[in-house]
Amino acid sequence: MSKPKVFEKPIGVKDYLPHAVSKLRQIENQVLACMDSWGYEQIMTPTMEYYDTVGVASSTSDQKLFKLLNNRGTTLVLRSDMTAPIARVVSSVLKDAQFPIRLSYHSNVFRAIEEEAGREAEFYQTGVELVGDASPDADAEVVALAIASLKAAGVSRFKIAIGHVGFLNGLFEEALPGEREAQEDLKAHLLGRDYVGYRERLRSLTLSEEMQGELEGITRLRGGQEICSQALALSLDETAQASIRHLCEMWDVLEAYGVCEHVLIDLTMIGDFKYYTGMTFEAYAADLGFPVASGGRYDNLLKQFGRPAPATGFALKTTRILELIGDSLSESISERVLIGYDADGRTAALDAARELRAKGAAVSVVTERMDAASKAAVRDAAAGGTGKQVHYKGVAFTKLLTFFGGERERE
Amino acid sequence: MNPNELQAAGSGRELLKVAMPKGRIYKVASNLFREAGVPIPSDFDDTRKLIIELPEAGMSFIMAKPVDVPTYVEYGVADIGIVGKDVLMEENKDVYELLDLGIAKCRMSVIGLPDWKPVIHPRVATKYPSVASQYFREQGQQVEVIKLNGSIELAPLIGLADRIVDMVETGQTLRENGLVEMETIFGITSRLIANRVSYRMKNEAIQSLCDKLQHAIAAKPGAGV
Repeated sequence: MSKPKVFEKPIGVKDYLPHAVSKLRQIENQVLACMDSWGYEQIMTPTMEYYDTVGVASSTSDQKLFKLLNNRGTTLVLRSDMTAPIARVVSSVLKDAQFPIRLSYHSNVFRAIEEEAGREAEFYQTGVELVGDASPDADAEVVALAIASLKAAGVSRFKIAIGHVGFLNGLFEEALPGEREAQEDLKAHLLGRDYVGYRERLRSLTLSEEMQGELEGITRLRGGQEICSQALALSLDETAQASIRHLCEMWDVLEAYGVCEHVLIDLTMIGDFKYYTGMTFEAYAADLGFPVASGGRYDNLLKQFGRPAPATGFALKTTRILELIGDSLSESISERVLIGYDADGRTAALDAARELRAKGAAVSVVTERMDAASKAAVRDAAAGGTGKQVHYKGVAFTKLLTFFGGERERE
Repeated sequence: MNPNELQAAGSGRELLKVAMPKGRIYKVASNLFREAGVPIPSDFDDTRKLIIELPEAGMSFIMAKPVDVPTYVEYGVADIGIVGKDVLMEENKDVYELLDLGIAKCRMSVIGLPDWKPVIHPRVATKYPSVASQYFREQGQQVEVIKLNGSIELAPLIGLADRIVDMVETGQTLRENGLVEMETIFGITSRLIANRVSYRMKNEAIQSLCDKLQHAIAAKPGAGV
C-alpha cells in the first residue's frame, strides 16, 4: 500500500463530529436509562483482552478479530463484542455475586473486515447480558427489553424475528440420524441464507418424500404463535419439541409484556450454531438494509471462564440506529449563549457565564470585540425578538452578551 | 377499478423494489414475471429509464448492471433482485438466495487448448477471479489468477494464460476458437435474491411473489421439481 495521505484514516473507522456525537449521546443516554429502569447495571471493561481467553471464547471468527502483540509477545485482541468480556468479569471479579446478574453496557467494539461499506471496523453497541437464568421468562425479558430499548432510541417501525437453534438441531438429527456431514451442510446453507442450495442438498439425500417435503417447508415457518403448533407437528425429536415449547412459553410471556405486535417467530432465523445454544433473535427496522439489534442464549460461554451458567442477552447496533434516525432527533441544549468581553469586563462576564451555565445554558466566551457584521447581526436579532438565532463566525447562538469597558452592554 | 382507486391501492402500501439485470437475462426474467402474473409492459424492454414504477403490481424496478444486483440487494436499496449464480458466487454478498428461476442456464467451466499439459507456472485468466482462486485451491493447485474484463478466450490463444475459467452457454465460441471445456465447476441459472431486512419486513409481498414465480417455473415444459 502507498503511504497514506494526511487526511486518511484506517478503513472502516469513523470520525464523529459534534452534531453526530450529540445525537449518538442522546440515543445512548435514552437507551441506557431504559436499561437502568429494567434493573440492569452498567459496566465497562478494557478495550484489549487476551486472545487466548476472550478472543477464543468470542463468537467472532478468528480472521475477523483485530490481533496485536504486547511487549512480551503475548497476543491480544481488541474486543469484538462485550459478551465474552462480561462472561470473564462474571466468572472472576463478580464470582461471588449471586445469579441472576443483570449487566448493561455501551461500548465500542472492533472487527477486522473486508473493505465493504456498511461494515465498520469500529462501531458502538449498547446491550445487556442476563446471566444465571435459563427460563423462557429470562429470554422473553431480554426480547422485551430489546423492544423497549429500540423505542427509547427512537426507532418506531421495527420487527423482531425469533428462532431457536435447538429446533433445527433436533429436526435434522431425527431426519438424518448420525449423518453429521449432511446435517452440517444443511445448516451451513441455512446459515448462509442459501435456500436454493439447501433444497438442492436435500434432494441429493435419500429421504422419504414426506420428510423431504417437511424439511423443504421449514423455510416457510414464519409468523405468530401458530407457527409453534405447526412446528410441534413436524418433529417428534425431544430437542426439537423442547425448543418449540420454550418458544411457546416465551410467546406467552411476551404477550404479557404486551409487545407481540413487534415479534414474529421464524424458525429459519438461526445464529451461529457453535455459539448460540437456544433462542436467537434479530431486529429489523424499516428503511435500513441491515439488522439493528441481535441477541440470543449462549449457555456454553460462561463455562469457558470457569463458572458454568446459562446466559442470554442482546446488543443494539447503536451506530446504525444513528444512521437511521439521526436527523429526526431534536437538539438537546436549547440555549446557547455567546459572551464577548475585554480586560475591564472580564470579571462581570465570567460571573454572568457561571450563572447561565448553572441554569443549563451552553456558554461560549470570546475575548475580542465583535466585528461589524456580528454587531449588525445582534442588532437584527434584538429587533426581531428573542426567537432568532445569532451567528458568530459560522456558529449559531440563541443569545449574545457583551462586557466591554467594565460595563455590561446588552445589544 | 378507475384510475384513482388504482392509485390509492398502489400507494396504500410500499412498493417492492426489484433489481433487474439489464442485458442477457432481462428478457427471459421479465417473461417469467409475466407468466407469474406480474404485468410488466413490453415497452420496459427497450426503455432507457433506470427506475420504473409499476404501482398496479406493487413493485418498482431498478435496472442494474448484473454484477451490481447483489450489492443493491445487500444494502437494501433494492428489496429483491434477479441475478445469475455466477455473479452470486463471485461477489459473495450477504443476501437470501430464495429461488432457482431455472432461466439463463449455463455453466462455469475450466477451458483450455486440446493439447493442454501441466505447466511450471500455471496461469488462469478469468472474469471471475474469486471463483477461480477458490476452485483451484480446492483442487490443490496453486495458480496465478489473471483478471480480464472480456474476450477471455483470447488468453490461451495468445499465450497469456494456459487455461481460463469462464461461463459456457452453448460452447459455440469455444469451438470456433479451437478451445475445449476441461472441467465443469458448477451449473448456473438465475436466482431470486432478497435483502435480510426486507425478507422480514416485507415478508408477505416477497413470499407471494416467490410462490407465483415457483408456480410459473413448475408450469414450464421440462421443468424440474
